[in-house]
Amino acid sequence: MLERAEIIRQEYLRHDKKFPHVWCPGCGNGIVMGALLRGVHTLALSKDEVVLASGIGCSGRMPTYIDFNTIHTTHGRALTFSTGIKLAKPELTVITVMGDGDATAIGGNHFIHAARRNLDITAIIINNSTYGMTGGQYSPTTPYGSVSTTSIYGHVEHAFSIAELAVTAGASFVARGTVYHATHLEEIIQQAIKKKGFSVVEVISNCHVQHGRRNKLGGAVEMINSYNENAVTVTKAAKMSEEELVGKFTIGVLADIEKPISTEQYQRVITEARKNAVKTAEEKEKTKVKRYE
Amino acid sequence: MPANEQVKRVLLQGNEAIVAGALAAGCRFYAGYPITPASEISELLSVKLPEIGGTFIQMEDEIASMGAVIGASLAGTKSLTATSGPGFSLIQENLGYACVAEVPCVIVNVMRGGPSTGLPTSPSQGDVQMARWGTHGDHPIIVLAVSSVADCFSVTVKAFNLSEKYRVPVIILSDEVVAHTREAVALPESEQIRVIDRISPDVPPEWYKPYADNNRGVPDMASFGDGYRHHVTGLIHDEHGYPTQNPQEVEKFYKRIHGKISKGFQDIQVTKTYLMEDAEICVIAYGSVARSALKAVRLAREQGVKAGLVQLVTLFPFPRKSVDTYLRQCRVAIVPEMNMGQMSREISRVNQANCRIVKHNRVDGHLISPEEILKRIVKA
Repeated sequence: MLERAEIIRQEYLRHDKKFPHVWCPGCGNGIVMGALLRGVHTLALSKDEVVLASGIGCSGRMPTYIDFNTIHTTHGRALTFSTGIKLAKPELTVITVMGDGDATAIGGNHFIHAARRNLDITAIIINNSTYGMTGGQYSPTTPYGSVSTTSIYGHVEHAFSIAELAVTAGASFVARGTVYHATHLEEIIQQAIKKKGFSVVEVISNCHVQHGRRNKLGGAVEMINSYNENAVTVTKAAKMSEEELVGKFTIGVLADIEKPISTEQYQRVITEARKNAVKTAEEKEKTKVKRYE
Repeated sequence: MPANEQVKRVLLQGNEAIVAGALAAGCRFYAGYPITPASEISELLSVKLPEIGGTFIQMEDEIASMGAVIGASLAGTKSLTATSGPGFSLIQENLGYACVAEVPCVIVNVMRGGPSTGLPTSPSQGDVQMARWGTHGDHPIIVLAVSSVADCFSVTVKAFNLSEKYRVPVIILSDEVVAHTREAVALPESEQIRVIDRISPDVPPEWYKPYADNNRGVPDMASFGDGYRHHVTGLIHDEHGYPTQNPQEVEKFYKRIHGKISKGFQDIQVTKTYLMEDAEICVIAYGSVARSALKAVRLAREQGVKAGLVQLVTLFPFPRKSVDTYLRQCRVAIVPEMNMGQMSREISRVNQANCRIVKHNRVDGHLISPEEILKRIVKA
């Protein structure tokens, strides 16, 4: 493990400029970044062919630290940039990392459409239930009743379940993990990258500074430990009653389906269009000859 | 046989000529969202692009279109989007990204009456200042205007060339009249068209500084997947592309991205003139209004009035040098526009010669007629 950590540090992190990072001590983002890098390393992908895109927020800073082709885009729009990159160079492996507000509030429309469109892109959504960078306002995944800087009397709205949303929107592969289950996280990220089609990995993560502190959830250790207590695997959850599932959430693979991938489908469009263009040109040529005869 | 046998004449609509120009300039990616009066550009490119191995995609909105256009350009493909006023509003967010990350791309705005849903789909020139200042922050940008179907072709080629040369988004302002007018135009053969491509780095990856200054102020541009593994961000960045708040680096960055446009000013500014040699009264116009203005100027000449036309092709950076010359030459400049006076403001700003500026504004959704302009000329 230590040896692997050293490879990750030397091989994948940018040393020329950008450390220390911006994340608070105990932040789950580093665990996600580690799992992602170990996943890419295990898959033996060349750094030159990986693109890592992000939106805005704490998660948005991740690409800066990693030695891939990296792009830090606008808030909520990372998937739209990724769409352009993937379509222009389908041979690239495009991974997009976003936060919960980034992906499902301002970028909610892009998120569901990316899932529907089914390009071969991997989306990793770090869900810490708050807008951490801007100071702890409520996000689309802030639990009902939670205190945030914009809901001091308790949040009156209901939270999105990101993974379930992705399943409904049509993603090819959907999994949920947590920053407690780091090895499992690495596995599902690997599966997501390998999967052809739009893949989503939702990662339940801690923002003890903005969310945990205001809701008396403890520090980083307590919050991360709580994921161990409350996470139930998808298979186990299927056998549990509704009462038993109160306060729990599922982890594991929620969807893994086969459907045509639009990146590949578009290649078919190109082939047909080219054939058609040649045919039209030939017909034009024929009519020309006739006129002269 | 005409003298120039390589020229083929075709009957085209303005929007179709923009497509032809884009393809001739090497555009191989288009992302868009349906909107009248720009939709023909999408429809035609959805057919034409795959025929030559390019990519068309219809996105969920114009914000997404602009994001995809930037992504494709960063992956090394010349990219285009086209829209009208309401979509142009949505494009502004990521347009700023293209300015700050210096991503070449072309945006066509076929103007219709606004604000908001406005006056669909009557012609308008209401988005002129927005094209310059629409996205937040102090940013460089190039804005070109088209007035005929022939313009639609040549200006689109020019737009791509400028965009690639200066690594800056270029906006083409068309309007409903130009977009839907059909004219016979002579399109040059592809070998006669000068196409400029971005300059790729030729240094080894470890030496590459993606935002380093050079004598042009335009850094060499690597594409994703080319082995350079650089970082692109909408944050103000240093020459390595990494975010910075160091005042010296920040100032250097702003000065360079504005400076590259100033350095290329002579190359970027395009104005066309008609009958200006001995003109005492000039009409300064752009877009479809320039056509009415030309007719008006000719009619004025028939009446013995020494009138001429200055047609602005480059709207921004404002071609102050050439406009200034004509303002010094003429005693009156008439500025007809299908808005409340957006370019006349620029002209007044650069007017140091005490030339009288006469505004003529029409905002009822109809094109300004030659007769209206003629009346102004005769009265002047």
